[in-house]
Amino acid sequence: MIEALQSLSRWTMIFLLFFIPLVAWLRGVNVFHSFAKGAAKGLEVVLRIFPYLLGIMIAVGIFRSSGALDALCQALRPFLASVGVPPEVLPLAFLRPLSGSGSLGYCAQLLHIYGPDSLIGRIASVMQGSTDTTFYILAVYFGSVGIKKYHYAPAIGLAADFCGFTLALVVCKIFFT
Amino acid sequence: MFNALWLLLIAAGITVAALGGNTEVIGAAAFTACGDCVSLCLSLAGLMAMFMGIMQIAEEAGLVAALARLCTPLLARLFPEIPKNHPAFSDIVMNFAANLLGMGNAATPFGLKAMEKLQELNSKKGEASPSMITFLLLNTSCVTLIPSMIIGLRAEAGSSFPEEIIVPTILAGTAALIFALLLDRVCRRLYFKR
Repeated sequence: MIEALQSLSRWTMIFLLFFIPLVAWLRGVNVFHSFAKGAAKGLEVVLRIFPYLLGIMIAVGIFRSSGALDALCQALRPFLASVGVPPEVLPLAFLRPLSGSGSLGYCAQLLHIYGPDSLIGRIASVMQGSTDTTFYILAVYFGSVGIKKYHYAPAIGLAADFCGFTLALVVCKIFFT
Repeated sequence: MFNALWLLLIAAGITVAALGGNTEVIGAAAFTACGDCVSLCLSLAGLMAMFMGIMQIAEEAGLVAALARLCTPLLARLFPEIPKNHPAFSDIVMNFAANLLGMGNAATPFGLKAMEKLQELNSKKGEASPSMITFLLLNTSCVTLIPSMIIGLRAEAGSSFPEEIIVPTILAGTAALIFALLLDRVCRRLYFKR
């Protein structure tokens, strides 16, 4: 079952790289030209997130190499270990709803330090991918039409984030161990 | 809030380093981070460009619109307050489709247009309407079929199988979304219908 799902992950890439351009070409799209057009947009995205990523990576770099992260993880280890959570992913759970680029920077650091194929790397990837920047979306979407009373939206948004993190842990444990 | 968190990270780092008597690591850590960030962005640039290129093809082939049509019946049920065939639906559906495909940049413009149309239907202009909250939750806990940014990061970090997280991500994301929508139903009942 899990093996089948793993090969589904593999085939998604093949589907993307071949099937989409093929269908588009059959429908008369100038595929190579539109690929280049989209690729240019991709570069813009990276350019736009670079300053934010840099700010976070500097702060996280200082936090980590000073030994502060180790101290925090050490303090939380007994509690987190008792529920089977690697303490290193905890800061990501705090960052994720606050800042998309910030959590991306932290996630990138985790992947670098522990390796993308470690359990920590995998949990971080799934956490980052399965939830969104709740506070940013609240501010932008409600702000754009002048809503001041959010009612229960932030509460549910954060509850869903918490649910997503827990599930990321559980799903990774089932999938990768 | 985020400003404070950012400063806190740096301040905590400096404090711990000072207590341990090795403040020289602070500057070194900052310089290393700068180099790391540049090389990260360089390799990420290629991967992001590739994914966005493919997505552009999908969009021009009408595949995004097709996915949107597929999602319409489902989304219509989520927003009982919006009259049938109201223009807000087309933007909601396009926003959802763009989110599904991991096109965050395309999702936001559609999302903001949808918010405008929901505001037209809103009776109390300064307060969020139930439909707005549902729509917001659809965005904050969105499901992404292809988390291209993370696949890119993993590939850059030397993963032997960067896309292995696609299915776990979809599973966790979908469950969180369903959880959010169920909570929304309950709160809507308790909060708006007194």
